[in-house]
Amino acid sequence: MQRDKRKVSHVSAADTTKAAGAEIPVQTATTVTDRGPSSPDGTRRGPAQGSPRRTFKKGALLPYLLILPAIVAIAAVYAYPLVKTVILSFQDLGRRELWTGDDPPWVGFEQFTNILGDSEFWYVTGRTVLFMAVCVVLTMAIGLMVALLMQRLTTWVRLVLTVALIAAWSMPLMVAASIFRWLADSDYGLINTLIAKFAGEDFLGHNWFLNPWQGFAVIIALVVWGAIPFVAITLYAALTQVPAELEEAAQLDGANAFGVYRFVTWPVIKPVFIMVGTLSVIWDFNVFGQIWLLRGNKPEPEYETLGLYSYSKAFESTSFSQGSAIALITVLLLSGVAVYYVRQLIKTGEVE
Amino acid sequence: MSASTPTTPVTKAGPAAEPQVLRPDRKKSRLHYNILGLLIAVVMAFPVYWLIVSALRPNQEIRSYDQTLWPSSITFDNFKRALNQPNFDTAVQSTLIVSLTAVIGGMVIATLAALAIGRFRFFGRKPLLVVLILVQMLPPTAMLIPIYAQLNAMGGLNEYWGLIALYLVTTLPFAVVMIRGFVVNIPVELEESAMVDGCTRFGAFMRVVFPLLAPGLAAASIFALVNAWNEYLFAYILMNDNDKYTLNVWLMTFTTERGTDYGALMAGSTLIALPVVVFFMIIQKKMATGLTSGAVKG
Repeated sequence: MQRDKRKVSHVSAADTTKAAGAEIPVQTATTVTDRGPSSPDGTRRGPAQGSPRRTFKKGALLPYLLILPAIVAIAAVYAYPLVKTVILSFQDLGRRELWTGDDPPWVGFEQFTNILGDSEFWYVTGRTVLFMAVCVVLTMAIGLMVALLMQRLTTWVRLVLTVALIAAWSMPLMVAASIFRWLADSDYGLINTLIAKFAGEDFLGHNWFLNPWQGFAVIIALVVWGAIPFVAITLYAALTQVPAELEEAAQLDGANAFGVYRFVTWPVIKPVFIMVGTLSVIWDFNVFGQIWLLRGNKPEPEYETLGLYSYSKAFESTSFSQGSAIALITVLLLSGVAVYYVRQLIKTGEVE
Repeated sequence: MSASTPTTPVTKAGPAAEPQVLRPDRKKSRLHYNILGLLIAVVMAFPVYWLIVSALRPNQEIRSYDQTLWPSSITFDNFKRALNQPNFDTAVQSTLIVSLTAVIGGMVIATLAALAIGRFRFFGRKPLLVVLILVQMLPPTAMLIPIYAQLNAMGGLNEYWGLIALYLVTTLPFAVVMIRGFVVNIPVELEESAMVDGCTRFGAFMRVVFPLLAPGLAAASIFALVNAWNEYLFAYILMNDNDKYTLNVWLMTFTTERGTDYGALMAGSTLIALPVVVFFMIIQKKMATGLTSGAVKG
């Protein structure tokens, strides 16, 4: 649903994928017990080891019956639309076919040649990649800094900071976007008031969204603000797994603060950092809601990222096939990152 | 992680606090950290503060070129205007119908699948897990167009069931993965001993596994509920009638061609965010207990 925030959103953001990510530390801690029953030699726990096999023989169909509803549902809402996206992008589904229910004509690769030959598509792709890169770098850098900072705080300050992070994290995307739209309002927004008051510039009535660079600055602030809590809290959870004895030993051996971080702390949190970073790449590449909502549901062409470009082609120009083709290209662009993420998960024993 | 990890979270607070006593210079540096920490807390919490303050301050202060950080007086006028905005009650109704049905249905299906994945070794188990993780990464627009076209063909546009089915399934992938995490933490031996004592497999589930799984299920349902509650894009595209709008789409009606009634918008937003914040505080505790219980066991 909401794959922003991280989000969520998603967690968004978001939201849903948030859960998969937030679980990382929980899962890494449980994999040890998880592996027990499945170990092929199983000498460690004799009697318990036999049980899964026994049930396998007795009710070989039972697990399949249990997963059947989930499989059917996922096939209907994920697999089928994906297949349909592929089909649609080789057809030409417009408004007429949608309402009459006629079969749309097949056009082969025409949608793709049109899109790839359109210079706007390349602008949009470049903008999306740049936007994603800025968001990910800012989110991960600030998130890591906050996590490291949280370790060094007195208990009550850490508590205050955690509450602030969770308050920010729990804002629904729609609400968060409304707040930022209000903060950046041209007439009565707080940002303009503060700039006018403290910098002495005449910013009253300044419209932040006239210039896309400034507009994107507001959007990036919203995205990064929404994503920091998840990154910081997850990385902090990983940091608590760093053995304090090791850090102390390194200090005694003469390592400076950076050395301790580089050779003791970083190797422990690296897997979690990479996973959160990969998720951020995917989420920020798919950012849709933040831009869409800040631009009042009708983003100008210069605010379009790939998701919005596909959306406006489909729903504004009612060329659903063009929209599908763009969505398909997005999926292909992201599939490499997704495969990398899953490989990381398998490597850390998450998929057991 | 290394084998020594389980004990570290417990001892972490100790060594960090000790040098403070041994070496007084540490105390000074910690003050800097604390100030920086409080500063970040203020920045992160500020938008939330601004939401609440704007919801509570009189409207003439909102439509003023001189925004002040503190309200001069507190009023509930904005909330009154928000509640009088047309379709508030139907929006609450729609949101509750859609999200509750979707969450309950989703949890039943997800628990069944999570039990299968957590308790049985069957062919296709790992690929299924990978698929569950991968589908969460699909861009929403890649699903929006075909789902819109399909629901249109099936007459499901502007109907609750279309949205319910969609929300139900979108909660599945993470709910299955999450509940599975709780299932593998319940020792098989408990279930087996119940069965040795004469329970059927279903009886063992109901009497042993389910009570132990309940906190995990609660956490997963809250996550699912929050996601359904926060969703706005599909709700906006798939529902056309004003009286079928969900709360998030209802919030969009505060912006008209004549401008935005920010006071009422902030009040409405506060009302919508409040349950989510409460739920988040609950889950956060659950996530923390999940973390520590996992650590003790490992």
